Amino acid sequence: MSPLKISWKSIWSKPLSSALNIMLIAFGTGILTILLLASKQISDKLENNSKDIDLVVGAKGSPLQLILSSIYYIDFPTGNIPLKEAEELARSPFVKKAVPLALGDNYNGVRIVGTDSNFVGIYKLKVKEGKFWQIDFETTIGTSVAENLKLKIGDTFYGAHGLAGSTDVHKTHAYKVSGILAPQGNVTDNLILTNISSVWKMHDPEEEKEHNHRTDKNEAPEIENKEITSLLIQYRSPMSVVMFPRMVNESTNMQAASPAQESTRLFSLIGVGVDTLQWFAVLIMFIAAISVFVNLYNSLKERSYDLAIMRTLGASRGKLFLIVIAEGIMLTLAGTLIGIALGHFALQFIGGNQESSQARLSGFIFLGQEAYLFVAGLAIGIFAAIIPAVQAYRSNISKILSKN
Amino acid sequence: MIALNAVSHNYQNGHKISFKDWQVNDGSQWLLLGASGSGKTTLLHILTGILKPQQGSVAINGTSIYNLSSKDLDQFRGRNIGIIFQRPHLIKSLTIKENLIMAQSFANLPTDLNRVKDVLTSLGIADKKNAYPSELSQGQLQRVSIARAVINKPTLLIADEPTSSLDDKNAAAVLKLLIDQSGINQATLIVATHDKRVKDAFTNTYELS
Repeated sequence: MSPLKISWKSIWSKPLSSALNIMLIAFGTGILTILLLASKQISDKLENNSKDIDLVVGAKGSPLQLILSSIYYIDFPTGNIPLKEAEELARSPFVKKAVPLALGDNYNGVRIVGTDSNFVGIYKLKVKEGKFWQIDFETTIGTSVAENLKLKIGDTFYGAHGLAGSTDVHKTHAYKVSGILAPQGNVTDNLILTNISSVWKMHDPEEEKEHNHRTDKNEAPEIENKEITSLLIQYRSPMSVVMFPRMVNESTNMQAASPAQESTRLFSLIGVGVDTLQWFAVLIMFIAAISVFVNLYNSLKERSYDLAIMRTLGASRGKLFLIVIAEGIMLTLAGTLIGIALGHFALQFIGGNQESSQARLSGFIFLGQEAYLFVAGLAIGIFAAIIPAVQAYRSNISKILSKN
Repeated sequence: MIALNAVSHNYQNGHKISFKDWQVNDGSQWLLLGASGSGKTTLLHILTGILKPQQGSVAINGTSIYNLSSKDLDQFRGRNIGIIFQRPHLIKSLTIKENLIMAQSFANLPTDLNRVKDVLTSLGIADKKNAYPSELSQGQLQRVSIARAVINKPTLLIADEPTSSLDDKNAAAVLKLLIDQSGINQATLIVATHDKRVKDAFTNTYELS
């Protein structure tokens, strides 16, 4: 019978207090695991989605809101910008690629994005099935959209006005699924893509007709009065970073916002909450460590006679030390393991209940940093058990045995 | 077997106790007599390598035990000396069988389930091997503690007041078992007691004054 088995049996002989200790450690580790996974995933998503986009130009308002709506598809857009002005910017020598976006409709909470083929290029999209949209009302949908809404190629659906909710349905035109994107691991998995004129036609078909009547003589009536939501821009050279945003902000009625800057700002805001929770989890872990210590220390008082008897049976001081410290480490390691598993399942559960599918978190992603949690568990076990173990090591068995 | 030479011990309160020299031959059975407080337990601890005396030497089977390192002494004790305490003190989280296996492994001996079974059978408690200590009576527990003391076939069996917490019937039974077991295992037996019920069974007596 190895010392480890004796520790193991000793843990099982007092199930309630062992369970309490394991639970405390598990909660602490669980919270840390969730924080670790969530902040990693959020920062990854923030980065992934804005990887090749240097700037977003949209209507004046909050730059963060512009980024949230045009890069992450979370918030409402700031407003619309005239297509004419947007196209002027797109032709600027500072710009390598410009992608127009027209937002405004959704299908069952999934945003319908009117854009052009540059969008495919900037996000490096590929189709899994079918083809990219070509004519009006053809759509190419993200892989998660196909999965969650059970849409196949050839299916048709009606968009609803607004970014969520399906009360105001555009019954005049139906969208048709012409392609499904391969999984991209970013926000495009959760979008429905179509061309811009579909979005326009969807919105005011009657007004459009009137419009055409009135402006018969106008050479480019469509461009004249059309509006889009925003313009995603990729710079031609690093020089543009300095010149272009200032130019937009000062000489036009629009604003330019940098995804990198706003993401950093957003993440620093989230970071405050993460930090608070982190300290809370560390506090729980600390309480757990004290609880394991008290548990071992008290049980050592009861067990000092047992341990002395073990010495008389031939166990060395080292073995007693091992028995006590192994008990502490087993408790905390069990707690750590359960905590990590708990954290993963909890995050998966949270992700499943999230409303915004764009930022969905997954619990089934494993990170290298979780190894640190193991190390922390081990350290707490040693920290909690070292004093009782040293006491067991040092105990004067003659004194203990003659006390009886 | 045992040679006690000019041993004396100083208590923490300054009181000093000297023990007269003692030669114990192989296979003999001794009674260690003395009133409470006369140093019986101290002498037993010195004999079993638990308490190092300030002066004098103790040799068991020719080994001067206090010249051994702490670890070797523990090992020596585990293999050569079986100790039975006034109260059984088994490990509560382990079954009877596991308590005996633990004694084997602490002495660095291989697990021998046949030996466990034989010892428990010879003590009449084979049916309790999977029970936990809390499920046994005092008398049964004392038998288990005898089983634990003899499991490694020690050459020296030492019992400290083994009968004082037992009634007449159990005391007689335990005493008989001790003498029988020391015979079966060819172990030298020393029983320390102030229990008058025990005296008649022994011819050799070492008396503390």
